[in-house]
Amino acid sequence: MTFELQASLRARSFEMSLSLEDGETVAILGPNGAGKSTLLGVIAGLLRPDSGSARIGDKELFNLDDGTNFWSPPHLRGTALLAQEALLFPHLNALDNVAFGPRSAGASTATARETAQHWLAEVDAANLAKRKPSQLSGGQAQRVAVARALAAEPELLLLDEPMAALDIHAAPLLRRVLKRVLEGRKAIVVTHDVLDAYMLADRVMVVEKGRMVEEGPTRDVLERPRSHFAAGLAGLNLVTGTITGDGITTPDGRVFAGQHDSGWSPSPGQAGVAAFPPSSVSVFLGDVHGSPRNSFPVTITDLEPYGDQIRVRAGDSAQALSADITPAASADLGLVPGMEVRFVVKSALVSVYPA
Amino acid sequence: MRTLQLKKSFLATAVAVGLTSALAACGTSAPAATPSGDSSTSPLSGTVTVFAAASLKATFTQLAKDFEAKNPGTKVTLSFAGSSDLVTQISQGAPADVFASADTKNMTKLADAKLLDGTATNFATNVLEIAVPPSNPASISSLADLAKPGVKVVTCASQVPCGAATDTVEKASGITLSPVSEESSVTDVLGKVTSGEADAGLVYVTDVKGAGDKVKGIAFPESDKAVNTYPIATVSSSKNKELAAAFVASVTSEAGKKVLSDAGFGAP
Amino acid sequence: MNRKSASGYHGIPRWVYAVAAVGGLLVVLPLVAMVAKVNWPQFLPLITSDSSVAALGLSLRTSAASTVLCIVLGVPLALVLARGEFPGQRLLRAFVLLPLVLPPVVGGIALLYTFGRQGLLGKSLELAGIQIAFSTTAVVLAQTFVAMPFLVVSLEGALRSAGSKYEAVAATLGARPTTVLRRVTLPLVLPGLASGAVLSFARSLGEFGATLTFAGSLEGITRTLPLEIYLQRETDADAAVALSLVLVAVAVAVVGLSYGRRRSSTPVEVRP
Repeated sequence: MTFELQASLRARSFEMSLSLEDGETVAILGPNGAGKSTLLGVIAGLLRPDSGSARIGDKELFNLDDGTNFWSPPHLRGTALLAQEALLFPHLNALDNVAFGPRSAGASTATARETAQHWLAEVDAANLAKRKPSQLSGGQAQRVAVARALAAEPELLLLDEPMAALDIHAAPLLRRVLKRVLEGRKAIVVTHDVLDAYMLADRVMVVEKGRMVEEGPTRDVLERPRSHFAAGLAGLNLVTGTITGDGITTPDGRVFAGQHDSGWSPSPGQAGVAAFPPSSVSVFLGDVHGSPRNSFPVTITDLEPYGDQIRVRAGDSAQALSADITPAASADLGLVPGMEVRFVVKSALVSVYPA
Repeated sequence: MRTLQLKKSFLATAVAVGLTSALAACGTSAPAATPSGDSSTSPLSGTVTVFAAASLKATFTQLAKDFEAKNPGTKVTLSFAGSSDLVTQISQGAPADVFASADTKNMTKLADAKLLDGTATNFATNVLEIAVPPSNPASISSLADLAKPGVKVVTCASQVPCGAATDTVEKASGITLSPVSEESSVTDVLGKVTSGEADAGLVYVTDVKGAGDKVKGIAFPESDKAVNTYPIATVSSSKNKELAAAFVASVTSEAGKKVLSDAGFGAP
Repeated sequence: MNRKSASGYHGIPRWVYAVAAVGGLLVVLPLVAMVAKVNWPQFLPLITSDSSVAALGLSLRTSAASTVLCIVLGVPLALVLARGEFPGQRLLRAFVLLPLVLPPVVGGIALLYTFGRQGLLGKSLELAGIQIAFSTTAVVLAQTFVAMPFLVVSLEGALRSAGSKYEAVAATLGARPTTVLRRVTLPLVLPGLASGAVLSFARSLGEFGATLTFAGSLEGITRTLPLEIYLQRETDADAAVALSLVLVAVAVAVVGLSYGRRRSSTPVEVRP
């Protein structure tokens, strides 16, 4: 039972297609306003696109193409939605919240509560059954909400940044719970946390401005990012340009020399990207002697602490570069935003691959 | 009696303030073009405030106009309300010079409270009449018809004068009515008849006349069992008793009687 | 310096208290004055006379009935006004709220021309053997007419501030719209519904003008407590004052009870 969707919503310049194999969990990554929540809304039946269609196996969710105007209401779709907020029904205790799905499907109160008990245990929340939502912490409430979504036996589970509203202590437990329950389940997780993508998803999709810009197995996308957003998540500098013999040339003429994968013979002129960690970038004042390769004059835009390092950002947003240096080095150099410096990148740490 | 009125006044005060100020503005004030042909030695002047029962509104408005025309330099301010409300207001010190009541009971209240100057004069009578919609859907022609099953009759409640009169007529005639509603004012009874909700209503003959074409009046002989008498008197606290007495005299004069009888009132 | 967290900064200028006191007095003082006028030795006989008991009983029965009618008709109305999307929605809201500002007597006249014998619907109803004028049904209709806006306004506000996030979640969990309404929406807005119902009941209890115009006045059938007070005022001021006090007491009890209960219950809270 595969899930397939393609939909467009002009008012939000949203145009996306997506498919999920059985038991596959896909993470949707992207900046705010990229259309991630719109995607979930369209799938769940809360938002109506202008055109498109979606189906789970043989069951059509909607089909607005070819003159048909089929629109299945949310309650018939089998696509439970878990949002940032737990949104537990405040007048019901945890057990009855979880029993809500089974009850709506026609189960008796007793049966529904039995099912609910099972799912509460599944998310390590069996002891919370009698509590009202107002007596639950954020993490507890979100785990109950997961149990509630699962108890509805959805064919496709939709998670909209489930960890975003949790404090850093509550997130790891929920993440472990989700990893366990999403195993072998069709699910779409919207997230901006690379850790969620690594832990929960088999595959990631990166969306920007209502379009999918990158897709692939989680590890590939995060290690070989082709979009700036994915590179940012992976903590890498990303430069786009055309492949040359030993690296790439950017549209503004800068040359980044680097290593390419063994077994791949680049053809010059092909579009490519160069990715390298900020730790591979050094900062110098004035002219540099020695190796002139991978050395670029830049203007510092920002300085910020990053772990035990100082992250130095330079350049405009399209071709922005970051360098991580020690606080001592930063102080010695007297770096301030607006200063003209030179970034030097170690070519041994630059990966070059096709875009 | 005095304490009773004080209590009652509390409820009526707000109404009274609004009513008196609103009605004061309605008082006719056009001075007459022709000088007075009156033979009185000292020319009358000033303002006389008349508190009159609501059923007297049309006639007293006319009488005041006539009075002002006959006595240039005078002004008649009129205030109309239910007789019992007016008694309350006067007891509370409302500046009335003349009080005209729709029944002797309310006048007696003022007399007992020593608020009258001299004694009251009866100047008109009123009797009940059956009011039906112009089409007379229930074909009413007598008081007995009102007691027929299926006829929707509206009367005044016993607590108000027209209702008390209705009770008297019922008792005297031996006819028992089963009204579908016992209203607290003549206006409400007439409203039910003009809208066609009720087949008939029992109101005063003057009310039927005042309603014009909207209702048809059917007189019935039993009505003389309950003749309602309208007394008028000068209030003891009046600042202009001469003018007040003159107005009372004009009401009881031949010209005054003519205006009253035109409106359907009977002679006392 | 922080003594108590409860006595934090309120931001109310002192003069506001003075003006508020005047406002409070304007409401309270007349009630005190009325209580002062009550003929206490005669109080019990006055309020337990046959006509008084009949009027109070009728008022309570009709107000209860009209409150039920307000809920039955007003809840769907509030729902479509708060959540629905259809042409003429704003116009409908304006009309539904009209009885709030209309003099009740106007409402009575309008009802008369609708349900009266010669009225728009009344003619057909009469043919069907249903007579509304001069019946207790007419009283309930008049009360519902004037009281329903209170329920609609109060519930619509509650529905708007609650938003529809919970409903969306409930739907994705497989609940049909009717189930969502019954198990999610209504429980969520229950406080708003309850206060709306209480206001409707109180308004029904005090209804006078529309009833007088539309329903008439007959002991035990259409003469509710306000009509009885109005009538008693003609002859027996003591009885009118005593009955007024009963009406005030019932209204205060109903409104006070419901608001008191609401304050003590746990507020609806949305946790992240």
